[in-house]
Amino acid sequence: MADNLGTSPDEVQFRFRDDEPVDHGTVTVDACCDQTNATAVRIEPGDDARLLLPYLDRLALVEVNFPGFGDGRGYSSARILREAGYTGELRAVGDVLIDQLSHMRRCGFDSFAPDKRLDEDDALRAFATWENVYQRAADTRRIIADKRHEA
Amino acid sequence: MKILTGNDLRSGAVTWWNGNGWSLFVDDAVDVGDEAEEILAREVATRRVNVPYVIEATIDAAGHVRPAHIKDRVRALGPTVRRDLAVPTADKTGWDWVI
Amino acid sequence: MYQYDSYDQAMVDARVEEFRDQARRRLDGKLTEDQFKPLRLMNGLYLQLHAYMLRVAIPYGTLSGGQMEALADIAEKYDRGYGHFTTRQNIQYNWIKLEDAADILADLSRHEMHAIQTSGNCIRNISADHFAGAAADEVVDPRPYAELLRQWSSFHPEFTYLPRKFKIAVIASEKDRAAMRLHDIGIRIVSRDGEVGAEVYAGGGMGRTPMIAPLIRDFVPIDQLITYAEAALRVYNRYGRRDNKYKARIKILVHELGAAEYTRQVEEEFAHMLAVGVEPPREELARIAAYFAPPAFVDGPKTLDRSDPDFALWVDRNTHRHKHDAYVSAVISLKPAGGIPGDATAEQMRVVAKLARDYSFDELRVMHTQNLLLPHVRIADLHAVWSALDAAGMGAPNMDTIEDIIACPGLDYCSLANARSIPLAQRISESFAAKGRTEVVGELKLKISGCINACGHHHAGHIGILGVDKKGKENFQLSLGGSEAEDVSLAKITGPGFDEDGVVAAVETVTDVYLGARQDGERFLDTYRRIGMEPFKEALYGG
Repeated sequence: MADNLGTSPDEVQFRFRDDEPVDHGTVTVDACCDQTNATAVRIEPGDDARLLLPYLDRLALVEVNFPGFGDGRGYSSARILREAGYTGELRAVGDVLIDQLSHMRRCGFDSFAPDKRLDEDDALRAFATWENVYQRAADTRRIIADKRHEA
Repeated sequence: MKILTGNDLRSGAVTWWNGNGWSLFVDDAVDVGDEAEEILAREVATRRVNVPYVIEATIDAAGHVRPAHIKDRVRALGPTVRRDLAVPTADKTGWDWVI
Repeated sequence: MYQYDSYDQAMVDARVEEFRDQARRRLDGKLTEDQFKPLRLMNGLYLQLHAYMLRVAIPYGTLSGGQMEALADIAEKYDRGYGHFTTRQNIQYNWIKLEDAADILADLSRHEMHAIQTSGNCIRNISADHFAGAAADEVVDPRPYAELLRQWSSFHPEFTYLPRKFKIAVIASEKDRAAMRLHDIGIRIVSRDGEVGAEVYAGGGMGRTPMIAPLIRDFVPIDQLITYAEAALRVYNRYGRRDNKYKARIKILVHELGAAEYTRQVEEEFAHMLAVGVEPPREELARIAAYFAPPAFVDGPKTLDRSDPDFALWVDRNTHRHKHDAYVSAVISLKPAGGIPGDATAEQMRVVAKLARDYSFDELRVMHTQNLLLPHVRIADLHAVWSALDAAGMGAPNMDTIEDIIACPGLDYCSLANARSIPLAQRISESFAAKGRTEVVGELKLKISGCINACGHHHAGHIGILGVDKKGKENFQLSLGGSEAEDVSLAKITGPGFDEDGVVAAVETVTDVYLGARQDGERFLDTYRRIGMEPFKEALYGG
């Protein structure tokens, strides 16, 4: 509990899961790989998300930090974890902006704890921006090309 | 002297701080002395101007304001290759000093 | 030509409304300029020297007459009656208001056009050989692959905040008419044992550190192209440098890792992606390709009446061999001597649109050389086409000559520029035309950039000019020996820079050296490559 890394459930503004959120802090990727009991980890932009793959079974929360909204490495980190079968909570934290929500959702994020709370109406509109999508991602939506060629 | 310039947020037009607002004409620009930062912060907050900045300029005997840097001189008048699209200005000699 | 179905249309319409909302939030103060900037850039909206500038995508340079007319209407309704065609086959409007921008995007959408990802640190408009679908030497039409990539790259959730911008070009012939190896990813569609696939190059580019892209894979099966692109982009998104804007392009990553190591990482990711399964269904490529089926060409005369020497010269200079021998592709010059390279008025756009409708199956191209093209013109119709172009100021017989200058907007329009490019292009083209030297000099690609970002492709010019700021004055560096074509090379600087008069004279000097030294049939570039830099230096700077 002494760990001061990570966001608390109170800071989560949007969450698309029904399970109970983890109520303790996160550890760094290095710490997560060194200790056997960590269940929550925080990925920084320069971290290799694939280092976590051996430990996915015990992780309940992965926070991906966006210190600046323009650094897009976290989108790859998120998708890599989902591609590897991670099913726990994937939380985007930091400088998360309204116009990024729909893409983050597609990359597998299912909770959002922005540094600055977002306008609820604007954010809900942003989540619903794309009725259809062109490319496959972590959300397993059927893409436009699939729909075009369905029997 | 030091003058302020930016672009109008809505139209994108080049504007110059005239002491209480933003003018399309460089000759309206006023010396802001050491108050630049204060004015810029206030004007950005009210969104009367977009990405404004402070520049060096001189003023001639006839009252024509001439930005020091070539980029702002081009901004003051318009593209040198499309003089038909120039910003109207009282300074008939404008094209003589822009480059 | 490709046509939107209801899905494509809904995507573009959704984007227009998204942007309308973003602009509203900016005007309401809910978004700071720092936050709004990447959003407007991803919709092609820049803030330039005099106003907002809107860059509209023309995917792989292909558009219809009706689309060209829509571009003309926008020029008149929202701008000042003209537009500027760019080296990436886009069009730019220079005098746009933020409060009009969403309405313009809506107008574009009604004509199946958009400004999506024409700027920003994302995958940009996909460019292609401007003779695609017409050239006698192509393996296949490269545009279906470009369209497949366009859809894949549009609103890509993972690759919207890349380290830096990302440009892809697609060609399908040995000849490179799209500067393919000077792109972040260059793709050449090839046929191997009857199977179509992609040869992939990565890490090319111009800018302050020009690089020629190395080959990273000689054959990607065509039904794995998107998967491979996904892998190449993911490695870049994860490991491209973000600590320094000037080292953030993929060329720096490929250079620092080495092509072999970058390739190894892409292959690893590719194997993973194949297992994940990201490729669209195979039928999708066939669906797209059907839109690019060749038009109904008809036989006709293969020769023409060359009795008018002006017409004959234009035919020799500005037409290109077509896959059907009763047709040619006809270049519409936007390079009148003394004019602004790439600019066209709304009236000119309408003339071009009508010609496309009357003589080219309603199809037009934007060339990376900032000209336009009628891809399929019957030889029998060439005289009528030439007459109409000539009357509208677009009949200059100067393709690939020293008058056919590529020039960025430079300090006349661009907030990044250090010097003006356009006046140099005007002076040089006017001078060579007036002295009748253009034909004497023959093929000579002159390219001018107003700053180190190299939008004017100066690194790839047979002669390149780079404008720099020297203590508040415009100064110009001359370079020689570049090429963007299949014989790709990077130009080398001659020596100290010149002022405006000096560089105009210097261009004349180097062409004198060439004319004095050239052997049978040599282009400027060939002579330079044979004799080297020294004779040119000698003439420019003395002993």
